[in-house]
Amino acid sequence: MAVRKNQATLSATEKRNFVNALLELKRTGVYDGFVRTHNEFIMSDTDNGDRVGHRSPSFLPWHRRFLIQFEQELQKIDASVTLPYWDWTVDRTANSSIWGADFLGGNGRSRDSQVTTGPFAYSTGKWNINVSVDNRPFLQRELGAGSAQLPTRAQVDAVLAMTTYDMAPWNSASDGFRNNLEGWRGQGRVHNSVHVWIGGQMATGVSPNDPAFWLHHCFIDKLWADWQRMHPTSPYLPAGGTANVVDLNDTMRPWNNVTPADMLDHTKFYTYDR
Amino acid sequence: MLRGTAVAVAGAALVTPTAMAAARTATAGMTGHGGHDGHGGHGAPAAFDEVYQGRRIVGKPATGEHAAHGGFSASIDGKELHLMQNADGTWISVVNHYETFATPLAVTRAAVDKLRGAVLVPIAT
Repeated sequence: MAVRKNQATLSATEKRNFVNALLELKRTGVYDGFVRTHNEFIMSDTDNGDRVGHRSPSFLPWHRRFLIQFEQELQKIDASVTLPYWDWTVDRTANSSIWGADFLGGNGRSRDSQVTTGPFAYSTGKWNINVSVDNRPFLQRELGAGSAQLPTRAQVDAVLAMTTYDMAPWNSASDGFRNNLEGWRGQGRVHNSVHVWIGGQMATGVSPNDPAFWLHHCFIDKLWADWQRMHPTSPYLPAGGTANVVDLNDTMRPWNNVTPADMLDHTKFYTYDR
Repeated sequence: MLRGTAVAVAGAALVTPTAMAAARTATAGMTGHGGHDGHGGHGAPAAFDEVYQGRRIVGKPATGEHAAHGGFSASIDGKELHLMQNADGTWISVVNHYETFATPLAVTRAAVDKLRGAVLVPIAT
């Protein structure tokens, strides 16, 4: 069984293998397909219309399936690789090892936010931004430059304490665990504020252009698993018959053969290191 | 249900001449500040046409495809900026997707800030 680990605990070899698999998926064009798919859902998921990947109950199972598919592509390159997670409640500065030149590379430079260190720097010729909302071909980051703060452990714990998975109207206005974790409301604006804190492409609809996307969402996925363990009798909601929303046993686009019910137990696919 | 009905009514109001005129009047009255913030979910957002940080930004009520995203379209130097309205009346764009802004003008200015002179391009799908 594949084990997903905290990125801070990875060995030098594990970091290198993960980075090399990312670069290979980028070279073959597989990587950019994931960026394109994500942005299509970002632009089409609306509060008053069909919503699947975001601002809806299926935010969590959709991204779980998306990450499994991506991890499977990495494992076709190197079977030893699993997705690491980034616990931004602990590793919360621009000096954290996640931003080292041996891993994700560092902050963008002040002039144009261009990342110039590490394996994803434009100068390597191996990480051009092809699926983009503007004409800049380089990875950008502005770590902590905006108004957003990384969520604190106390803010995360307050969200984990919520006993109801999701609530009507099942969108960005909802109360409950899902929307407070996604961060359209609540203290810390948990998932959303991490995207804003990183800045650059991570703040846009084409956020998977930054490999940090996968480590961020892997931690969000782990928090869902942690929440399930804390609230074993709290089900995924809604259970059925909800317009524009993926109910427990409805299939999710773009796969059309997987339901939230299929995604509830992550141990069928992988475990976490703690 | 109530929320959906309110948005549908607002969307219909957007295409009436009266609402258009009201939006223009609101724009003229709010130049240079963020007045009328918070009213985005209850009526037509203010249209705008200005030069901000050297970029021409235009926003206006829209119909058709854009109606599903809040009934408003915006552009930067003539290139469309994809906008979306949230259930609470706030706005996001494809450039600032995870941070909400009170008005289409505010989210369009934020996109100009983030672009740092770069040109918007349509996403290849």
